Amino acid sequence: MSDKQTRFDMPPHTDVAWCPGCGNHMLLTAVKEALDDLGIDPRQLVMVSGIGQAAKAPQYINANMFNGLHGRALPAALGIRLSNRNLVVVVESGDGDMYGEGGNHFLHAIRRNFDVTMIIHNNMVYGLTKGQASPTSPIGMRTPVQVKGVIPEPFNPLAVAIALDAPFVARTFAGDIAQTRSVIAEAIRFKGCSIVDVFQPCVIFNKQNTYKWFREHTCSMPEDHNPADRIAAFALAIQHEPLPLGIFYRNGKRALYEDQSGITETPLYRQPPPGDGEFEKLIDAYR
Amino acid sequence: MRDLSIVFEGAAGQGVQTITKLLLPVLKNCGYHVFSCTEFMSRIRGGSNTTEIRVTEKPRQAYVFRIDMLFALSPMAHEHLDRRIDDDTLVFAESERCALPAKGNCIETPVKALALEAGSPVFSNTVIAGMVLGLLGVPLEELDALLRDRFHEKGEEIVLKNITAARLGYDWGRNCPAAGNIDLPHCDSDGSPAKLLMDGTAALGIGAIAAGCNFISSYPMSPSTGLLTFLAEKADAFGVVVDQAEDEIAAINAGLGASFAGARAVVTTSGGGFDLMQEGVSLAGMLELPIVIHIGQRPGPATGLPTRTEQGDFNLVLHAGHGEFARVVFAPGTLEELVRLTQRAFAVAHRFHIPVFLLTDQFLLDAETSMEAGAIQRFPLEEAIVETAEEYLPYRFTEDGLSPRGVPGYGKGLVRADSDEHSEAGFITEDFEVRRRMIEKRLARIGPLREQALLPTVTGLIDNARTLVVGWGSNRGVIEEALDLLGDPHVAGLHFSQLFPLNPAVASLLGERKLIVLENNPTSQFAGYLAIETGKNIAGRILKATGEPFSVEEVVEALRKEVGHE
Repeated sequence: MSDKQTRFDMPPHTDVAWCPGCGNHMLLTAVKEALDDLGIDPRQLVMVSGIGQAAKAPQYINANMFNGLHGRALPAALGIRLSNRNLVVVVESGDGDMYGEGGNHFLHAIRRNFDVTMIIHNNMVYGLTKGQASPTSPIGMRTPVQVKGVIPEPFNPLAVAIALDAPFVARTFAGDIAQTRSVIAEAIRFKGCSIVDVFQPCVIFNKQNTYKWFREHTCSMPEDHNPADRIAAFALAIQHEPLPLGIFYRNGKRALYEDQSGITETPLYRQPPPGDGEFEKLIDAYR
Repeated sequence: MRDLSIVFEGAAGQGVQTITKLLLPVLKNCGYHVFSCTEFMSRIRGGSNTTEIRVTEKPRQAYVFRIDMLFALSPMAHEHLDRRIDDDTLVFAESERCALPAKGNCIETPVKALALEAGSPVFSNTVIAGMVLGLLGVPLEELDALLRDRFHEKGEEIVLKNITAARLGYDWGRNCPAAGNIDLPHCDSDGSPAKLLMDGTAALGIGAIAAGCNFISSYPMSPSTGLLTFLAEKADAFGVVVDQAEDEIAAINAGLGASFAGARAVVTTSGGGFDLMQEGVSLAGMLELPIVIHIGQRPGPATGLPTRTEQGDFNLVLHAGHGEFARVVFAPGTLEELVRLTQRAFAVAHRFHIPVFLLTDQFLLDAETSMEAGAIQRFPLEEAIVETAEEYLPYRFTEDGLSPRGVPGYGKGLVRADSDEHSEAGFITEDFEVRRRMIEKRLARIGPLREQALLPTVTGLIDNARTLVVGWGSNRGVIEEALDLLGDPHVAGLHFSQLFPLNPAVASLLGERKLIVLENNPTSQFAGYLAIETGKNIAGRILKATGEPFSVEEVVEALRKEVGHE
């Protein structure tokens, strides 16, 4: 792990609720370093999350935090962005939170294309509730609930995102801090809805998708891949063996929801209430 | 000279609303008190819908069952309105379009022929508006001016054809023998049409704008959608951020995200949509975030009667959301209260950092009433947000439980909100002592909320009253009118526009009087709470849950039984 100090570090005595060896630790390092690389002011950053072990990440980052309800990070992030577009809004949560409980919001956040970066800890299992299947669990994985093995087809966040023309779609492996850090920095720098799905081993409950498994079943993005090529990006997103890592898709042409909605630079808390004249005019319409 | 009730019946899509939109401002501008309410089916075309216009001696805000004049425009009119037609009802209908009812005084009405004479059947509604004015003997000039205003964008030809249609209808009305039998109430015009005319939704929207509301995130659901539409239309002029959410869960969570960032947020929904929002109510309680939640009630359970009215969601909002935290429930009953209490809802939400509910219903939202312009008041906004210092603690323990509210990006501090139990700094904690103190903090505001709770409004003289008729929300108008007609000095009305928490003074206000509650739900939800809170016995219950509003007649009759006039 990197020992680099960042302005997003919490005090050294901070108790971290993650298990020893969890991929979350490396991902946290990558996120803090990426934020530091970008020179973001912690006071202008809001880390938004839902519920789960991954969703605790904002507790360990020195920034504003909205740790809301399970699955609801994206609606809260939208409300925050639309109320103050000067804030950098980063959503960090798990696969169950973002693809299961919050699946509908995932689709509609992409449709809107407001400026948010989603960092999704994808460990293919539910950790905090002790080992049940997640939306990305592989078929056949046995759990205390899926006693005969997982039946449904795993959710493919990248393919879904590209199908919806999400303008920035990437995947990394938490074990590769350097790549995760640089892709996350790219994603935050990108103006629009950017998605970084991060393979993150759960060392307690997922005995199948281990560090070793991820290393053996992933590969670098093909050097000749053009991220502007949506069809090629989709083909890579549905590729199973091996699973490519890196930036799949990038579309700089989608307009920002904030711009299209006429959101101004003035945060809503600074916006003066309507003047008496305007209010009178409003009433006059009912004369 | 008695109050007049005119009902327009037609299929959905036939434009019955258009007639009302023409007649109400004309009658209002001629100095009459007008009230109108609508009932309609959950369909886009066909069926049988009605709008009732009342022209009244005194300002009224209630539905009457009786129909003095009926314009029956669809084949289903007879079936739909049979029970409301009596021998005194003047029924205006075209036999070609609508089987004339056996009852009532039926008058063959050549709407289509006159519309064709004006140029096209599309002028039928204008013909009818003209007919009504002719029948009532109200001058046509106001209507001409209104038609000019409404249609000038469509060109002079359309304006002139409409004016012709109105004239043809008017002349027919003047010459109709029935015209001589129609009395209009006294007109109190002093020549200055200063009165306003609006529906409940507009009053709600005006209240929200006055309250500095600048964020709405909602999912459309009848009858609550009007607030979303109203604010969307005014978004640019008043700097309101409007987002149509993918579902009600997203709506309230976005509203809370906005509130966290410093917005003055509202969500609007109906009972079924609110079911989905409940997790957000609990979150607002935990995060101590202000949010105003408007619920336009309609009959449930489930999809219920989507376009009808009921007061069935009091228990829902009282208990919504798991865990314990403070909340306030307002239930305005007039346009003036809608404007004032919407502002109060925002003020209370932002003063106490809590969710505040506004309970309305289809009847109140869709009803249009004339009112004095002076009744609309705007209150100054209180400063709600502080600039944070470096050591800012969003949940700092204070004597009154209220921590100064900072927002991200304003000041040197960081703002952290956590749905888990949290420390003063906003981090997850499982420290039992902190938990105990946080509960105390969140509930400490209940005391002041009770003390500041609005007292109910008295109709009549409470000192003389041996019986009190208790109502809330949209029933204010019908209770006031029924008591007026009853004319019993020993019966007074008590209207609650704040349902929760109750002011401690309520119990003594009730005294030992006989209490009769009137609620548009089948189990008297508010009465149940009132009895528990005050220890008083509820002697009588006038309840309804058919999907219709209470009519003045049925309330008068029920009250006569309750107070022993029969």
